Amino acid sequence: MIPFRALMQPHRLVMLALLLAVVIWCALALRWDWIPEYAPLALEGLWRTIWILVVTCVLGFLLAIPLGLAQAIGPWYLSAPARIFCTVIRGTPLLLQIWLLYYGLGSLFPQIPWIRGSELWPYLRQAWPYAVLALTLSYAGYEGEVMRGAFSSVNKGQLEAANAFGMPRFTMFRRIWLPQAIRNVLPTLGGETILQLKATPLVATITVVELYAVSSRVRSDTFIVYEPLILLAVFYMIIAGGIALLFRRFENQVPG
Amino acid sequence: MEIIFETLGLAESAHLLSLSPPGWGGNLLRGLANSLQIAFGAFGFGLLIGLFGAYGKLYGGVVLRDLLAVYTTVIRAVPELVLILILYYVGTDLINKVSGAMGYGRVEISGVVAGIWVLGVVQGAYATEVLRGAIQAVPAGQIEAARAYGMPPLMLLRRVTIPAMMSFATPGLANLWLIATKDTALLAIVGFSELTLETRQAAASTRAYFTFFLAAGALYLIVTLCSGAVFARIEKWARRGQPSLKGAGR
Amino acid sequence: MTFKKLMTSAIATTVLSAGAVAAEEVKIGIAAEPYPPFASLNASGEWEGWEVEIIDAVCKAAELDCVITPVAWDGIIPSLTGQQVDAIMASMSITEERQKTIDFSDPYYNTPAVIVADKSMDIEPTAESLSGKIIGIQASTIHQAYANEYFGDAAEIRVYQTQDEANQDLVSGRIDATQADSIAMADFVNSDIGTCCEIKGSVENDEAILGQGVGAGVRKGDDALRESLNKGIAQILEDGTHEEITGRYFDTSIYAE
Repeated sequence: MIPFRALMQPHRLVMLALLLAVVIWCALALRWDWIPEYAPLALEGLWRTIWILVVTCVLGFLLAIPLGLAQAIGPWYLSAPARIFCTVIRGTPLLLQIWLLYYGLGSLFPQIPWIRGSELWPYLRQAWPYAVLALTLSYAGYEGEVMRGAFSSVNKGQLEAANAFGMPRFTMFRRIWLPQAIRNVLPTLGGETILQLKATPLVATITVVELYAVSSRVRSDTFIVYEPLILLAVFYMIIAGGIALLFRRFENQVPG
Repeated sequence: MEIIFETLGLAESAHLLSLSPPGWGGNLLRGLANSLQIAFGAFGFGLLIGLFGAYGKLYGGVVLRDLLAVYTTVIRAVPELVLILILYYVGTDLINKVSGAMGYGRVEISGVVAGIWVLGVVQGAYATEVLRGAIQAVPAGQIEAARAYGMPPLMLLRRVTIPAMMSFATPGLANLWLIATKDTALLAIVGFSELTLETRQAAASTRAYFTFFLAAGALYLIVTLCSGAVFARIEKWARRGQPSLKGAGR
Repeated sequence: MTFKKLMTSAIATTVLSAGAVAAEEVKIGIAAEPYPPFASLNASGEWEGWEVEIIDAVCKAAELDCVITPVAWDGIIPSLTGQQVDAIMASMSITEERQKTIDFSDPYYNTPAVIVADKSMDIEPTAESLSGKIIGIQASTIHQAYANEYFGDAAEIRVYQTQDEANQDLVSGRIDATQADSIAMADFVNSDIGTCCEIKGSVENDEAILGQGVGAGVRKGDDALRESLNKGIAQILEDGTHEEITGRYFDTSIYAE
């Protein structure tokens, strides 16, 4: 955390006092009467934002590992599709990808009448599967590129030594290659996770009620412009701070 | 040409995308032109802010450094969508208050200018970090030598710092440019006329969602690939005279 | 020195070119998202539709130099209060809630709120019939307020950015019903995309939420513009322009006293 001594310098104390004054002025002068009414909805939105973030990061990372590996050492028939996937995902806006998946696929449903009786139909009707799919593919596309660099950066000597000892390929991957690759790019992964957090508001456009959607609802019900946005920004900063702290703990566990 | 489209079953899509009305291709390209305009402007504005920010962080006083740290942290923690909304309302409110106080009446802000303002402020935070890292990577000896010769600060910036840091900054700046082009899509949610909004309007009017979203995706991809090629050449130019990276790190 | 001059003149030009425009122009805000048959974009990039023609007619009758300015529907009222536009004519209903923030002109059309659903579904526009169903509505509309109030406990409400997206999901089958303006929905079910669905009936009226007709929004206290628009609206109702334009788009009159 921020060391106490760093805070105690005179100019920082003045700035903290100013910040406190601004916060108190905001609390008294701006309109906050809408909070009690919308608090339950806000908590629901917060929960949805967090679980979408966690699920898509985990699934996306699991997908990114084979993508990165294929590009690092794979034969051309594996690395080329992986390369194309990552390029397309990174070359098009996430908003477009989300809309393509949700509305594009949705426009195909009327042409497949039997789909309404199928098992998947309850899931195809809801918005969150599409949101999770789009965000997972997006995260995988960016992390695939990162993992490609990560796998290439591990010292080849260690892999050769493992081979010389007769370690099976998968064990070598599991015990030496993957952990070292992840450790090398841990800071980047932390940054990318925060970027994923910043991408979650986009799913509000396909009716997923997460934090940003709740703030839009407050704004459209009460016509208050700034206060919901300010509170929303503060919430996101707190979550981003939490993610940064989490990754710093991971990095501190890395030896050396 | 038509025969190829018909055999692929794409005749209707090609018709929808044609360049002159009733095809929507012209609208999409106009939207793309707007997007690129906003992206250029935002990238340039962001670079300007980044240059001042980087210098402030490296050589400024303690207060300036802390304020810049707050600026970059807030921009990098809050989603762009929220920032765009806040900056748009705050910016237009401020301009109207200032022009009202000065007695000018209402000032018209076009969508492009507003888009450049909001995206530029966001880009500025990232550019500050990229340029700061790049300037720090310039060998200190070169700067000291220039100072020893009595070079004025602006000349030092122009002749020594910027050329030397270009090779370090180019990959980061290439990334920033791509982020700028993709962030213009977010302006569709605020109603600014650019490619994604035009696509959504075209898709809504014709119900051919798949066609138009794929076409828009292809356009963005073309922009990305061309930008990649351009920046590769810029990096080659920026690294002229430096030893090749090939074979390094063996 | 030349560099400094260049920079100063560049900055000055940019700021001034975004500068003040003649105050005679009245910017009429419409929703940037298409809302057929009232306002939609054609392939040439021009806005057309019943409301667009009414805007032209009202402005001509009121002798105002109007410029149609598309703004995102979500932020259209802040654009008005923030002076990006001078009036809103975007099928916005006159409600008490909105009247706390802005003023309205006299109404220029009326449209009841209806429920639209698939032809095969047996749905009435009541809370009991809609219980357990999924209803789609557009954000920041009277229908959102109404649906949250009356159907919020019984049914699942999904909020879309545009009515078109809600219609699309109705056709896809993701939602069971949608609540919207009867005129726009009549246009939808009669078009070849809406063949699946039909209007199930209007919802029970609640004037406090559903409002008293559609009017033009102006800033609070901007009585001069409000009076001009009222004059224009009264004029086109009197001299038959309203009827003539309506006849070209709809079968029945949509202005009920």
